[in-house]
Amino acid sequence: MPAFVWMTVLTALRILSRNRLRAGLTMLGIVIGVGAVIAMVGIGEGAKRAVQAQIATIGTNVIIIWPGATTVSGVRGSQGGAVTLTVADALDLKKKIPLLAETGWAKRDVMQIVNGNRNWNGPISGISPSYLTIRDWSFSSGGPFTQADLDSAARVALIGQTIVDNLFDDGEEPVDAVIRIKNVPFRVVGVLAPKGQSAQGSDQDDVIFIPFSTAERKVFGTAFLGSVGAMFASTDRAEDLPEAVEHIREVLRARHRLQNEQNDDFTVKTQVDIGKVQEGTSQTLTMMLFSIASVSLLVGGIGIMNILLVSVTERTREIGVRMAVGAKRGHVLMQFLIEAMTLSLLGGLLGIVLGVIGAKLTTVIAGWPTVISPEVILVAFVFSLAVGLFFGLYPANKASRLNPIEALRYE
Amino acid sequence: MSGLIQCDRIWKRYRVGDVDVNALRGLSLTIDKGEFVAVMGASGSGKSTLLNILGCLDYPTEGGYRLDGVDVSKLRFDQLAEVRNRQIGFVFQNFNLIPRTDALENAQLPLFYRGMPLGEQRAKALAALKRVGLGGREHHFPTQLSGGQQQRVAIARALITSPSLLLADEPTGNLDTESSREIMSMLEGLNRDGITVILVTHEADIAAYAHREILLKDGQVLSDRTTRPAPGTVEV
Repeated sequence: MPAFVWMTVLTALRILSRNRLRAGLTMLGIVIGVGAVIAMVGIGEGAKRAVQAQIATIGTNVIIIWPGATTVSGVRGSQGGAVTLTVADALDLKKKIPLLAETGWAKRDVMQIVNGNRNWNGPISGISPSYLTIRDWSFSSGGPFTQADLDSAARVALIGQTIVDNLFDDGEEPVDAVIRIKNVPFRVVGVLAPKGQSAQGSDQDDVIFIPFSTAERKVFGTAFLGSVGAMFASTDRAEDLPEAVEHIREVLRARHRLQNEQNDDFTVKTQVDIGKVQEGTSQTLTMMLFSIASVSLLVGGIGIMNILLVSVTERTREIGVRMAVGAKRGHVLMQFLIEAMTLSLLGGLLGIVLGVIGAKLTTVIAGWPTVISPEVILVAFVFSLAVGLFFGLYPANKASRLNPIEALRYE
Repeated sequence: MSGLIQCDRIWKRYRVGDVDVNALRGLSLTIDKGEFVAVMGASGSGKSTLLNILGCLDYPTEGGYRLDGVDVSKLRFDQLAEVRNRQIGFVFQNFNLIPRTDALENAQLPLFYRGMPLGEQRAKALAALKRVGLGGREHHFPTQLSGGQQQRVAIARALITSPSLLLADEPTGNLDTESSREIMSMLEGLNRDGITVILVTHEADIAAYAHREILLKDGQVLSDRTTRPAPGTVEV
């Protein structure tokens, strides 16, 4: 049997090389189909990884709670449009919900920042120290401020890379420098390690963190003391997120004395929820790819079936001779199946090469990240083989059912 | 000598449109091992049908056919394929070589379907080609060979399995006189080596190479006579 398969593959290759143009045209459907899928999956996978990396920059197992989003007869206010969350809420959540590893809070405003003769208009966030832990911020130099800084409302600041780039000269050391926020002098104690773009496309490094108490008392001039712009919490395990969200809602609704028929006056979202939006997008893309692949493989397969039917007719006499010298039905069936699979496999391999080149070109020309995973190549390979098998079956069966006498007499 | 071929009241009925055509009508025949038989008859006499049945390419509608003691009239397609592969060699009027495939590969085709290792197939095919005088032309394609040479490749293909029976259907029909003579003396030689040869022809001078002549008419044996006493040297 191995000798048979080997020789049949050789025979198939010889027959194909005899009719190169015909074989090429026959394979074209599969080549284009597989190539398009490989390239598109590569691009899609690259985009997906980029988004995943962005979502990971939010932190680990993060829950974000915004005030507001109350609906008044169906009209939603904007997020953060109400002042309903307070530091007391955050502290109470931490106390009442053991699932939460950390809770933190922040309040944000955009202000003018000055260093010497340079200035920048950037977002200032007053934060609790735990915020840094929850959002996984690390430092490229210096370090975080402490609970003592928070208690004493110290004028210390942590600045992101974008701020460094815009307020400091090259080589100038930001740590221990003094910058002025709304004319209040702040000592820079740490530079945050860059995070890059967020999943929504904003620059996450355009940030200045100062202690919450300092922000409240010395910079923002808050009307409602203790109100926060957003609360953050984290759990140790990702599986605990849904349960934690439920608890948070219960505690906050109780604290805000909301009646059953009243809507939440806050919005709770987890990192997973944010990821899901992106996942939905990539699923739509995947479905589209799948339909393109199906159609092109179908068309390619029909092409193979067509050419094989022609081949069976052309080679009727040959089939008769093979039967006369002892080919069983299975031998003839196998021969044509192997020919079909050789065609589709060659097409698939060409398609894979084409697709990988296409993806690489996209990276070079458009600058999009692409990821070609071995799994995709394997799937493409197996699929092209399956197409050959499926569409070769009918012509091969037809060939194996020929009557040897009639086949020998065929002109 | 034992009966290699035993046909017992064979009928072959075809349906052409609404009419049944009887190609063979209760034909009985015994051929012994080592015979050289010419089957003759006008077209429509049933000689091709008989050859197809003897060659296990077709089934009799009725009657029994024993080849080397085995009743092959009830075998299934794949079993018949095996019988053809092991016991029967075919030589056709139009050579029936596989196009665009070299002489060597054409000759080794029956071994290919036996699943014999490639090296062994090759060695045997080379030997068979040498035996028919085509040594050195192993890699010629059918289009590069003359009719006589093509027929010799076909004979090599038929011989390669060491069959007990060689069926030749008008083997010289497409050949000139010179090539015809070569092919016939080759068949004669093979018969001398012990292979039973059945030859279908309508040419008397070709039939003269055989030792026994069976004349068919309307699907029955009209005459069956031994033209030579026994296999031996023959002068033309």
